[in-house]
Amino acid sequence: MLDLAALLPIAQNGDGFVRDPAESGTSCVAENDTVCVGWAVDNIDRYVTPTLEHLELVVLSVGFGFALAFAMALISHRRRWLVPTFTGVTGVIYTLPSIALFALLLPITGRGTTTAVIALTLYTLQIIYRNIVTGLANVPEASKDTGRGMGMTDRQLLWKVELPLAVPEIIAGLRIATVSTVAIATLAVFAGAGGLGAEIYNDIDFKTGIVVSGTIAIAMAIAFDALYVLAQRWISPWRKVRPV
Amino acid sequence: MSVAAPTVVPLADVFDSFSGAIEFIFNERETAGGVGGEPVGGLEQIGDLLWTHVEVSALALGLALVIALPVGLYFGHRGTGELLAVAIGNAGRAIPELALIAFMAAFIGVGLLNVTIALAVLGIPPILTNTFVGVRQVDRGAVEAARGMGMSEAEVIRKVELPLAAPTIMTGVRTGAINIVATAAIAPLAGVLTLGDLILSRNVVGDDGVIAGAIVVALLALAVELALAGVQRLVTPRGLKVQRAGA
Repeated sequence: MLDLAALLPIAQNGDGFVRDPAESGTSCVAENDTVCVGWAVDNIDRYVTPTLEHLELVVLSVGFGFALAFAMALISHRRRWLVPTFTGVTGVIYTLPSIALFALLLPITGRGTTTAVIALTLYTLQIIYRNIVTGLANVPEASKDTGRGMGMTDRQLLWKVELPLAVPEIIAGLRIATVSTVAIATLAVFAGAGGLGAEIYNDIDFKTGIVVSGTIAIAMAIAFDALYVLAQRWISPWRKVRPV
Repeated sequence: MSVAAPTVVPLADVFDSFSGAIEFIFNERETAGGVGGEPVGGLEQIGDLLWTHVEVSALALGLALVIALPVGLYFGHRGTGELLAVAIGNAGRAIPELALIAFMAAFIGVGLLNVTIALAVLGIPPILTNTFVGVRQVDRGAVEAARGMGMSEAEVIRKVELPLAAPTIMTGVRTGAINIVATAAIAPLAGVLTLGDLILSRNVVGDDGVIAGAIVVALLALAVELALAGVQRLVTPRGLKVQRAGA
């Protein structure tokens, strides 16, 4: 008799078991030779929770990252000497491999979503901060002079002239940061934060699982990208959306 | 799923974790939790893993350069294929690293060659896009002057466009190298034992080993970044430096 147990994978960290012998039923999954489209269609509901976890990681990280980078950009806007410092610090953080940063945070914040979100947030800073600073720096002097001529204070100038004109660069930064975060968040499984990476890692040899999870992650990145293009058309219709 | 409030860890415990990791790097010890087998840790084991990590990363970066540089130079020189160059750069960022390595291991196989190819896939997009953009940004006047001096198209690329685009190309190389070194940390999933092996085998090396692996990987990434920033400075033509200082 065929030893079914030997054919089935061992879930690697206990909290997930993607292939269920009772439910899979088909020999395609047991043989694991190719992508089992039938299984994927029948079992797509398994991927809902990991997808939502993944989405949560991305939204929280980019949200916190934007808030932090925006605050840093405003602080350094009137104190130009801070720009190289902030650029340097966010650049060094960006250099650290995410899986290493997760591990280094474990003794401090433990395993879980918190650790993953902290690390992913730190990664977004470099690109978002750089683009806000570039966007503000590229505002034409003439526009600022016009604002000043209309009697605007520095604060009014920033919020009514400089920031609106910097929107395309800011959104370009958010696009890059979000798409990268969707991809890097597959590694959040090593911080114990679940997501689509957990579906892959818990059953690392399962071809169908790898393809389904990977496809969902790529589709999520493309969906975010499209959302940003629409958002930019809506926020600053006077500017054509350029490819990043 | 919600974000749990972070538990406050005493500073002394954090300090213990990191000093344990440092000790793991320098001294061999028994496997964690009585798993048995060869002792773990120590400079010799770390050195072996570090070497494999550097080796597979260097091979992948080399492969990425060999593919991306000529293609980027060619299309940049001709000024065609902009949409494609930008699209490749964008698509590269969307590749989920874990899915890529798992896909390679499950569908094509494990081993140094396959991991090198998978990592090169991550290095190609930023190098290709930056090469293309760098060449496109070269002052058209300089290119016309070179043609006027009787240079062939190959000479224009080699003597004018490549040197003037070098700083932008190197920015792409740095991004590619960071991607490669970072993702090489999960290469053990495809049978290549890099420093990530320590981070992934907690049941064998214990918490100290995991953190030790993370420290060495982080230092390696910083060293690579510093070295390539140095190379970038070296390959920046003097004329461009003067221009920048004056700007």
